[in-house]
Amino acid sequence: MKLFAFLAVVLTGAALIYSTFDMPDWGDTTSPANAHVSPRYIEQTLNETATPNAVTSVLADYRGFDTLGETTVIFTAAIVCIMLLRTRTDD
Amino acid sequence: MIKRNEDIIIQTVTRLLTPFVQLFALYVIAHGHYSPGGGFQGGCILAASFILMAVANDVAFVKRRLPERLTTALISAGVLIYAGIGLACLMLGANFLDYGILHRVLPVDAVKARALATLGVEIGVGITVMAVMVSIFLNLLSAGRHEEGAVE
Repeated sequence: MKLFAFLAVVLTGAALIYSTFDMPDWGDTTSPANAHVSPRYIEQTLNETATPNAVTSVLADYRGFDTLGETTVIFTAAIVCIMLLRTRTDD
Repeated sequence: MIKRNEDIIIQTVTRLLTPFVQLFALYVIAHGHYSPGGGFQGGCILAASFILMAVANDVAFVKRRLPERLTTALISAGVLIYAGIGLACLMLGANFLDYGILHRVLPVDAVKARALATLGVEIGVGITVMAVMVSIFLNLLSAGRHEEGAVE
């Protein structure tokens, strides 16, 4: 069983590493992300959202759903922390 | 673990420093449109001011200014503000979190409405992050007992 698990991990890892060979080079200006999405955000942020800081507009506006999820993750962390640690005292 | 600290220098410096730390935190949250910053960073700085109070004094010192009931409510309030802005867009007939439609209820055009809604969600994120950091810190500091001063 341990051997099977080891083989599964090695095969999955090998597949993941093999798949990275198809990825665009680091900083490649012709990769899809750099050729379509990034220029649009940089050029249209001010016209579409009146926010000069493109990082903020991408974080809170274009990808607002993702940030809502992040906030929920932090919310969950605090609730779990309270549930695990907080003990009732006499009051 | 942490005994109540009676060091007059640390307490005085903390007392002087805290308002400026909190003002800077509000600046970081409100100025996220124009400079590096936003809800996560500003909320962390705001929480740092309360954590500084707790380190320089004790748990009760912070809990007198920021009661546990309030902290727990703020944790949820921030997420509710964020989701509420998203739901408001839904109510007005656009997609969830499609802020442009909010120009119907705000006295600005669609582009400015997106900037205002971005500020709104950043404030929500800031409230949640601040309350979460303070809550987790106080619980870890006192092993969940929140007793005056220290736990041995």
